[in-house]
Amino acid sequence: MADKLMQAAQAVAHLEDGMTVGIGGWGPRRKPMALVREILRSPLKDLTLVSYGGADVGMLCAAGKVRKLIFAFVSLDFIPLEPYFRQARQSGRLEVMEIDEGLMLLGLKAAVMRVPFIPTRVGLGTDVLKNSHLQLVGSPYDDRQWLAMPALALDAALLHVDRADARGVCQIRGPDIYMDDLFAGAARKTIVSCDELVPTAEFHAPQEARQVFWDRSCTSAVVHIPCGAHPTSCAPLYGFDVGHFKAYAASAKEEGGWSGYAERYVQCSHAQYLDRVGGEAAIRQLPLPVF
Amino acid sequence: MAEVKPDTELVDRVICAAAQAWKDDGEILATGIGIVPRLAASLCMVSINRDLMMTDSEAWLVSEPVPIGPRSGPLKDYQPRRETWMGFARIFDSVWSGKRHAMVGPTQIDRFGQANISMIGADYTKPKSMMLGVRGFPGNSMNHANSFFVPNHSKKVFVDAEVDMVAAAGYNPARLERGWSLDDIDIRLLVTNLCVMDFGGPERQVRLRSLHPGVSAAQVQEATGFAIFIADDVAQTPAPTQAQRDWLARLDPHFLRATALGA
Repeated sequence: MADKLMQAAQAVAHLEDGMTVGIGGWGPRRKPMALVREILRSPLKDLTLVSYGGADVGMLCAAGKVRKLIFAFVSLDFIPLEPYFRQARQSGRLEVMEIDEGLMLLGLKAAVMRVPFIPTRVGLGTDVLKNSHLQLVGSPYDDRQWLAMPALALDAALLHVDRADARGVCQIRGPDIYMDDLFAGAARKTIVSCDELVPTAEFHAPQEARQVFWDRSCTSAVVHIPCGAHPTSCAPLYGFDVGHFKAYAASAKEEGGWSGYAERYVQCSHAQYLDRVGGEAAIRQLPLPVF
Repeated sequence: MAEVKPDTELVDRVICAAAQAWKDDGEILATGIGIVPRLAASLCMVSINRDLMMTDSEAWLVSEPVPIGPRSGPLKDYQPRRETWMGFARIFDSVWSGKRHAMVGPTQIDRFGQANISMIGADYTKPKSMMLGVRGFPGNSMNHANSFFVPNHSKKVFVDAEVDMVAAAGYNPARLERGWSLDDIDIRLLVTNLCVMDFGGPERQVRLRSLHPGVSAAQVQEATGFAIFIADDVAQTPAPTQAQRDWLARLDPHFLRATALGA
C-alpha cells in the first residue's frame, strides 16, 4: 500500500525548472507556505505559477523564481496590494496571463476533465481577451461567439490542509476549500502539507469523511508540517499573522528588504522558522479573521 | 465619559442612496465590496428588499447582514446567523446564473461604464502602478447587474478616454463579439461623494440623477472626464430617515463609515 509521506525537501526535489505549478488557498488563506519556503531554498527556476495569489506569489517573484504568472489577483486582503508582486510586475520582467477568478476555476476544471477548453461568456468585452491571448469559439447550438477558456494543466500542485494520513487522504475542516480540489485534480503531481498527520481511522466517521474533498489518488506526496500555512491562516486551527504580514510588506519598502526577510525567515529550518515567528503555541492562538 | 459621535451626515446619505440599487432585484445575491457598498446592501436587505441574500464575506449566506467592525462593544458576542454554505466556488454558480448584483469600487470608470482595478499606465507589460488584477470584474460584468461606488469623484476616476485596462465590460459597441448586444450588459447606479448617476441618458449616456446637498451639476461635470447628461431639474439626494439612521447605527456601531469618503 502506498506510503506517500516524505520530507518537504524530498517532495520539492520532484519539481523541475520550467514547470507549471499551481498553488492552492486564496490570498492570505491556507497557503502551503512552508512548501513555498522550501522552493525558495531550492535552485528551482523559471516556474509558471497558477494561483489565487497572496504572499506565495510575492515571495516567489521576489526571489526571481517566476518566469510567468497566471493570476486573477495577488493580494493580502487586509493589505490590498502585494508589494513584491507589484515590484515584479512594474519592472516589466514578469510574463503574465491575467484572467478572471472564475476563468481560473474553468481552466482548472477543463484540465480535470481533460478537455482543451470550456466555453463561457466571462472575459468577453474586456482587455483580458487580447492581453492573455484568449480565443473565441462559435457554438454549434447558437449564433454567438463564446470565450474558450483553455485548460490549465499543471505539472504540480502545492496545497496545505488541516489533516491528512500517509496514504493521501486530506481533510479540510475550515469553512472553505477554495479551488484546492480542482488544483489537486488538474496536476500530475500534488504535494500536500498538513498541520496534523493522523491514522486513517480518524476519517471513518461520516462527518469526518464529509470534509475530505478529493480522493487520495489525486495526492502524490504528504508532508507533515505543523503550522505549515503560517503566516497565512488555516481555519479553524489559526488565523493569519497580521503582524508578520505587516513586517513583510514593510520590508518591501527598504533597500535589500527581501534579502533581509529571506535571511531571517527563509534561510532556516522549519523548526527555526517557528521559533522566529513566536513559536507553535503562539501561532495556534492567532485569532481567526472577522469579516 | 460620553463618546463623541463622528460626523456621518454625508456618508449616511450616500449609503441610503446606494441602498436603492437592489430595490427591485427580488431574491438575488447582493454583494457590496468596501464599507459603503456593504452597508448599502445590508441596509437594503433589512429595510427595502427583504428577499435579498448576502454572505458573511467568508463562506456562508446569512439570514441577516453581518454588522461591520471589530467584535467588541455592542458586537462583543455577535455571531453571524448562517443559513447556507457558500464557499468561493459556489459564488461563481451565483455569478454565472445572473442572480447577483454587485456594487464595487473601481479605480477608473469611462463613459461606457468600462471599469478597471487591474493596473494604471499605457504599457500593459510594464504598469506604472500595478493594483489588484482583474479579480472577478470580467465575469461580473458579463453575467449580472453591477453598480459602482466612487468615494472621490474626479477626472482621475471618471477618465476621458477608455480606462487603461478594461477589466469590466461596459456599453462599448466596438467591443461586442458576434451575437452579443449591449442589452447583455447591465450597469445600474454610479454613487459618488458628489452625486448619484446612471446610464439613463440618450444612447446610454451617463445621466445625473441626484445631487448631494451643496453640490452643483456644473461641479459634477467639471469633476468628470466625459460629458454627462444633465436634465433641467435635478433632484437632491434624499436625507436618511430616522429608521435608516437607526439601522446604520446597528450595522456599523463602531462608525467605520465615518472615514469611508476619505475624510
